[in-house]
Amino acid sequence: MTILSLARFQFAMTTVYHFFFVPFSIGTAFVVALMESMYVHTKDESYKKMTKFWGNIFLLSFAVGVVTGIIQEFQFGMNWSDYSRFMGDIFGAPLALEALLSFFIESTFIGLWVFTWDKVKPGLHAFFIWMTSFGSLTSALWILTANSFMQHPVGYVEKNGRATMVDFGALLKNPQLWYEFGHVILNAIMMGGVIFAGLAAFQLLKKKQASDAARHIYKKTLRLGLSISLIFAIFGLVLGDLQMQYLIKEQPMKFAATEAVYTTTGKHAPWTVVGIANSKQHKEEYNLDVPYALSILSYHSTSGAVTGMNELNAQYKHKYGKNIDYYPPVNTLFYSFRIMCGVAAWIILISLIGLIMSREKSQSLYRHRWLMWLIAITTFFPFLGNTAGWFVTEFGRVPWTVYGLFTIQQSVSPNVSVASLLTSNIIYFCLFTTLAIAMIALVVRELKKDPTQTIEPKFKKVLDPFDKEAF
Amino acid sequence: MSALQLLWFFLIGVLFAGFFFLDGFDYGVGMATITVAHSEAERDQMVQTIGPVWDGNEVWLITAGGAMFASFPFWYASLFSGYYLILMLVLVGLIIRGVSFEFRAKSPMPHKKIWDWTLGIGSAMVPFFLGVMFISMIKGMPIDVNGNFHATFFDYINWFSVVGGIALTLLTYLHGLNYLSLKTAGEVEERSNNYAQFLYWVLYLGLIVFALMLIFMTDFIHVHPVGTLTMLVVIVILSIVAHAATMKQKELTAFIASGLTLVSLVALIFIGLFPRVLISSISSRYDLLIQNASSTHYTLTVMTIATCCLLPFVLAYTIWAYWIFRKRIAMPVITEDK
Ligand code: HDD
Ligand code: HEM
Ligand code: HEM
Repeated sequence: MTILSLARFQFAMTTVYHFFFVPFSIGTAFVVALMESMYVHTKDESYKKMTKFWGNIFLLSFAVGVVTGIIQEFQFGMNWSDYSRFMGDIFGAPLALEALLSFFIESTFIGLWVFTWDKVKPGLHAFFIWMTSFGSLTSALWILTANSFMQHPVGYVEKNGRATMVDFGALLKNPQLWYEFGHVILNAIMMGGVIFAGLAAFQLLKKKQASDAARHIYKKTLRLGLSISLIFAIFGLVLGDLQMQYLIKEQPMKFAATEAVYTTTGKHAPWTVVGIANSKQHKEEYNLDVPYALSILSYHSTSGAVTGMNELNAQYKHKYGKNIDYYPPVNTLFYSFRIMCGVAAWIILISLIGLIMSREKSQSLYRHRWLMWLIAITTFFPFLGNTAGWFVTEFGRVPWTVYGLFTIQQSVSPNVSVASLLTSNIIYFCLFTTLAIAMIALVVRELKKDPTQTIEPKFKKVLDPFDKEAF
Repeated sequence: MSALQLLWFFLIGVLFAGFFFLDGFDYGVGMATITVAHSEAERDQMVQTIGPVWDGNEVWLITAGGAMFASFPFWYASLFSGYYLILMLVLVGLIIRGVSFEFRAKSPMPHKKIWDWTLGIGSAMVPFFLGVMFISMIKGMPIDVNGNFHATFFDYINWFSVVGGIALTLLTYLHGLNYLSLKTAGEVEERSNNYAQFLYWVLYLGLIVFALMLIFMTDFIHVHPVGTLTMLVVIVILSIVAHAATMKQKELTAFIASGLTLVSLVALIFIGLFPRVLISSISSRYDLLIQNASSTHYTLTVMTIATCCLLPFVLAYTIWAYWIFRKRIAMPVITEDK
């Protein structure tokens, strides 16, 4: 075990874990805000109950999202100090702005939202959750600004062995950023829809004795969730495709790896559905190909060659130095990409079927239990899709941390010992496992409650907490 | 050293001071939930006083970290990698405390106890280990020419740093007690006040030890004699003011004075450091200076503009939120639970 491998493992573990909860929170905050706005607009009490019931699930995710985020910020300094020295001039600014602009908004307004039910006007209360949602959306923007720079550096010059910023505007105009941001956000909101729809389906299946009023709330949630997931999954797919077009130009190596293309294809590139890449000898081992399909997918036309990794590697060796190879982990990319796309296709399909079959008139969805089970199981798929997507992005950048400028090898803290890293890895792992178990147990507990029984504040009548002023 | 570098050194100090003033009382209240509360209901009452605001307060620390990364990347890199295990413990404290608010609110009784304990313990860990870090930092650490630490266990954990850690924990604890007296009504209010009155005597003892160690074990008194002594005197005066206010039940005064004590401690550290950001015990040639640890002029300019535009809004809605939650929290009497 080297400090490099341990630091990489730690980064992967903590970001993947953080990113289970981030899109969960972004998505569910958005959907909960929608529900509350519907309540404000229609004055229909069932929307208020929906808001409270699902709001509790959102709050649990938010709690874990917040605490895992702090690790993220600290670990650049702790594990990647040479990276921080090299990149601080550029990387720090979006990070600080994220805190100033987004985290303050998010955390202040979520406090207001949780503790002012029935104490302020409904419209103002809905405004609080919209602000929270706004905070989380912009937070993604800032952190992705930093990530996009690492994928595609712009607006900098290299001076005295560090990257220094010369044009902040260029960082924000980075095309990589807008594809990434769009794709991440659309998929996060889609995830909010999928999770609520899936959990509602679970309740309908499990709670046979549920009252009509409760079933009504679950069904409403199911349809709202499916509509959101359908719309946002389609937009997400469109943005993913655009991102892919961009990738072909900007990071051809990553693209070639997601398709396991070692040798440059002919004019009509076939598409490999499944295959095994031999990453030692740099060739494809076994493939199931669809003719023309790769050209169509990449260029939206039947012709168009895809440059292979071997050719690209030779080019990079010429450009960046001969002592290392520039192949990313091909099989990881190849399969991650397929999982991500599979998840997208599945979600679009199941949302569409679910919506059609649950229409006011037919309602046949609720009689087909196996279909309901499929929707319920789908709850977990967006987690898979998101992680797979980030695997493509992040493993595809190997061996660089900052594309073309700075390698992973150079980034790691030189003075942190293997023992320290091992200790922190083990501690974080145990902590994350415990949190995950607690989180799941509490979500299950919340779900068991009856959504029609809104929980009144415990000390409502006896002593109003808002009675005597302190300052 | 340019004016912008100076400004950002000052702003990092302001952010840490804001963090200790605000999140400081959250840690104090957290510790009080396992030391002062007599029942679960009292614990709920205490937690309710910080429930709406703790996350916003913690963001001051996140902002301080982010701003340090942006304006002094070399400081950030050396400090965070150098204090690897200490910061890991800070993180563990922040994590187990952070989840406890939501988790204890949603857990049934026997399990709720777990999160009561994580709240209390996490709240003690954070100020203690941050205290250890800051105090060993001002003593000087074995930093090499590249800004990397080569420290051993006793560089981190020694009498001075442990006293510093305890002092900081005690200060936040007192600050939390003062906040509880201010924000609650009934028995908790009284008991917190009594605890505070007594603990200030302990604090005086701690402050004397701390001041002596500061004078003999750091170079602060040689580098900035006037600033160091002034701040030490200010800290003592503020403690006495807070103490007197607790005795006279002037709760708001006590709370503000204990908060300002924490601010003065940060000021003391930053004044003593100036113009360095990290002190090398190997050779003063390896000290990290404000001048050479910072980002470029351009980045600092961008950051300054952004901060000037955003900070007023942040302050405005933070104050608004405190205003909304200005009422005291009374003891919950659970009669309505069906
Ligand atoms: C449930 C989540 C999810 C789903 C269904 C999809 N994606 Fe995605 N994808 C992500 C979640 C994600 C992500 C986690 O949000 C990533 C990682 C970084 C990023 O920008 O978005 C991502 C990255 C990512 C990348 C790498 C971009 C880069 O490295 O610059 C590409 C090319 C695509 N996606 C393309 C697609 C396509 C064509 C999809 C539809 C068929 C698709 N994604 C569905
Ligand atoms: C926008 C914020 C992000 C930034 C700035 C970022 C940056 C980094 C850095 C510095 C590394 C370490 C260097 C390396 O090993 O390549 C890394 C690796 C990694 N990141 Fe990200 N990352 C971000 C988001 C994410 C997310 C959200 C995920 C997953 C859900 C993720 C997954 C990974 C994985 C799996 C690795 C390990 C790759 C490897 O070991 O080579 N990243 N990323
Ligand atoms: C590796 C880089 C990352 C760092 C340094 C980081 C930092 C943080 C920090 C410090 C928090 C806690 C904030 C609080 O206390 O309120 C947090 C939470 C959050 N982060 Fe990250 N983060 C990273 C990756 C990401 C990515 C890739 C996204 C989105 C695309 C993201 C979006 C969020 C959101 C929305 C929250 C709010 C908590 C939640 O909703 O669960 N972060 N992050």
